Amino acid sequence: MIRLDGIQRVFQVGDQAVHALRDIDLSIGAGEYLSIMGPSGSGKSTLLNLIGLLDRPSAGIYRLDGGDVTGLSDEEQARVRRDKIGFVFQFFHLIPRLSAAANIELPLLLAGVPAEQRKTRVAQLIRDFGLAGRETHRPDQLSGGQRQRVAIARATVMEPAVILADEPTGNLDRATGQEVMNILEGLAASGVTLLLVTHDPEIGNRASRKLRMVDGRIVADERASS
Amino acid sequence: MNTADVLRFASFSLAGARTRTLLMVAAMAIGVASVVVLTSLGEGARRYVAGQFSSLGTHLLIVFPGRSETTGNPGMLLGETPRDLTLDDALTLTRSRAIRRIAPLTVGAALVSTHKRSRETPVLGSTAEMLEIRKMSMGQGQFLPGGDPRQALPVCVLGDKVRRELFGNQPAVGEWLRIGDRRFRVIGVLAAQGQSMGFDTDELVIVPVASAQMLFNTSSLFRILIEARGRESIEHAKQDALDILAQRHDGEKDVTVVTQDAILATFDRILRALTLAVAGIAAISLSVAGILIMNVMLIAVSQRRQEIGLLKAIGAAPAQIRMLFFAEAAVLSFAGALAGLVLGFSGSFVIGRIYPVLPSVPPWWAVAAAFGTALVTGILFSVAPARRASRLDPIESLARH
Ligand SMILES: Nc1ncnc2c1ncn2[C@@H]1O[C@H](COP(=O)(O)OP(=O)(O)OP(=O)(O)O)[C@@H](O)[C@H]1O
Ligand SMILES: [Mg+2]
Repeated sequence: MIRLDGIQRVFQVGDQAVHALRDIDLSIGAGEYLSIMGPSGSGKSTLLNLIGLLDRPSAGIYRLDGGDVTGLSDEEQARVRRDKIGFVFQFFHLIPRLSAAANIELPLLLAGVPAEQRKTRVAQLIRDFGLAGRETHRPDQLSGGQRQRVAIARATVMEPAVILADEPTGNLDRATGQEVMNILEGLAASGVTLLLVTHDPEIGNRASRKLRMVDGRIVADERASS
Repeated sequence: MNTADVLRFASFSLAGARTRTLLMVAAMAIGVASVVVLTSLGEGARRYVAGQFSSLGTHLLIVFPGRSETTGNPGMLLGETPRDLTLDDALTLTRSRAIRRIAPLTVGAALVSTHKRSRETPVLGSTAEMLEIRKMSMGQGQFLPGGDPRQALPVCVLGDKVRRELFGNQPAVGEWLRIGDRRFRVIGVLAAQGQSMGFDTDELVIVPVASAQMLFNTSSLFRILIEARGRESIEHAKQDALDILAQRHDGEKDVTVVTQDAILATFDRILRALTLAVAGIAAISLSVAGILIMNVMLIAVSQRRQEIGLLKAIGAAPAQIRMLFFAEAAVLSFAGALAGLVLGFSGSFVIGRIYPVLPSVPPWWAVAAAFGTALVTGILFSVAPARRASRLDPIESLARH
């Protein structure tokens, strides 16, 4: 499903080159549940952004669903992102002036899905994610856990094959984080490929496959023997 | 994303930043309103002048002594004074078949008095034809009698205001009064009609041309008014007048004949140019509004980096981001232009109420141009902000708060 070959990412800061990713080779099958851990600055977010097509590698090839997506134009990458990838962020990134329902609806709007379909799809997710009664609330009227649930609903509304979550519980207390993890794991169980970056070993250890990154390299890649 | 969705999203963004939106709508509205108001003033002035000319009478030509400077006459430069126009000059003009009637004009000012009151008044010397040529109408009595214009009859016709001031509520027709050192009998009073080409006929006293020449001790005329037989014969009449007078003046072309059409056309050109000029000035204020919109939109782009980054992350293509910003500019300019039209039309309505003589209606082209310019400037000036937004790096935009 996802195949990275010899991926490098070098940032030029002044006259200094920062190697955020060095020689990453990685293959992820459809429906895998992966956690990525490692010290701060080890390149976790950079890797996730590359897989999510928000960033381009300095070298190497990235294949998604068998096709090379490295050389796609911005417009083409945007379409792949829209149709196949869902992002969940540490800071939710909801649009403050829009209601919960409108935030969830946004990807459908961008994809040009007819209003009727949009409405039923959003209503479905609101029910599934326990947000009933909150659909007209704006983000600042929601709790952190509710905001993250809205953000996850937005990430899944296009039914993407891959969900990329960068420290989704990093801004939540333990109990609320637990709730959010349950939702994400529910998605993983339903066959979505889930990549989860986290600093919390307890959360990271629940994944069926665990990557450990240090200094831009993958230093460990363990599969749970279940 | 269909158009309705784009516009709805754009309107939401605008509603989300109310002060900013109102400010930009106001800037746009003021620009559009000033185009509408200023052009309606200019157009009003043009129509006012046109109205004044048509009240002067139709197919009118005016002869005055001296060559018009614009054609340049070496004789004049050498200090030659033009020959005066005389009453005989005027009367000879009726020989032309293109000329229906003529009215010689002599003007001066004199003290007009009854035994009770007196006032200084402009006095016009002319003939019976004047009434028809200038399309004046009588209030009471009669106008100057026909007959030989060389005869200095002691009769006069009063403007309505002069009558009021000299006679009050007493009947004027049939009374005697004094103009300068001569006695005249009032035979008629003009109907009140107000201003016409600089002469307020309400303030005039009209006497036979020969009487006026005696009063002012002159044998020359101030002007000769000519009425051509029809619209087609205006040029013909002009040529005939020039020929006849040149013949009488020993071949010297020392008079100028202007047609009402020519004067009107000149005024029309001047006023149209003026209207265009003020429209241009107002259009500058529109582009200032455009620049304001660009500035505020650029600020908005940096304030909304996070939102733009998010839109990109969830799959908005650069073209879609640009489209969203264009739509915002379009909605904004449309609202501004609409508000401006309302403001502008109310403004010119109010002006119309205050100055009823000015037919203050903005010309349709100015309204269309103002509206179009508002939309185009709004969208044009949003190109830069929209491009900047579509080029934002999503990772960076999402990272910084
Ligand atoms: N835009 C950038 N310009 C320059 N250097 C960058 C940029 N983005 C990331 N880096 C560098 O790349 C390295 C990897 O960064 P990255 O954000 O992927 O780390 P991370 O593992 O996600 O860390 P954290 O756990 O703190 O989020 C860091 O050294 C960082 O300083
Ligand atoms: Mg990170």
